[in-house]
Amino acid sequence: MVGNIAEAEDLTQEAFLQLHRKISTFRGDSAFSTWLHRLAINVVLMQLRKKGLSLISLDEAMEPVPDEGPGRSFGAPDLTLSGAIDRLVLERAVADLPAGYRLIFILHDVEGYEHNEIAAMLECSIGNSKSQLHKARLRLREALRAEARKEAQSSPTIPPR
Amino acid sequence: MSCSEFQAQLPELIGSGADAAAHPHIQSCDLCRALLSDLETIAEAARQLLPVVEPPDELWEQIETAIKSEKR
Repeated sequence: MVGNIAEAEDLTQEAFLQLHRKISTFRGDSAFSTWLHRLAINVVLMQLRKKGLSLISLDEAMEPVPDEGPGRSFGAPDLTLSGAIDRLVLERAVADLPAGYRLIFILHDVEGYEHNEIAAMLECSIGNSKSQLHKARLRLREALRAEARKEAQSSPTIPPR
Repeated sequence: MSCSEFQAQLPELIGSGADAAAHPHIQSCDLCRALLSDLETIAEAARQLLPVVEPPDELWEQIETAIKSEKR
């Protein structure tokens, strides 16, 4: 989520320290794993905010944002993504997502959590989790298509002899 | 159904696990079919991302030290 192993280790340590400080506040209202995940996510979000990297904070990402309009999703059918997405390009596009979108995308599509689990972790509605994931995927699609267009422009096809 | 009406339903349609590809609008709209196919491709590609990195053994030692020093 932070895209850097050393930083991830620091945050792991911080999460355990927070756990040590806050364990007495766990009331059993949710599963312990959910509570712990929420705590760890908060540690990550605080770090992102500290670094000023959070283009959209989780809270903001949880707010309904004005529709970007369906037009954004359209494009000539020949500009659909081809079968295999380059892993590095996708990783970069995920890293560029606003933090809130990235978090939900990673939790759902990468780590495989269900919307109801994410909603409990992030204290949002299931509908909100679904719509944020959808917006994250739409943004990734735009980014991947832009990358594909750039690629097509920089390496013009050589006409067959 | 217009494309914008269909796309407004899409997050719920996909999120509920329904077969969005079987939706009547998809059968007749190339653009929305391409959109759905791309979103599925992205979700599939995501599964190969971020292999779990095991934290090194020393990290736990550091954490233990940090916790002990907080106790004092």
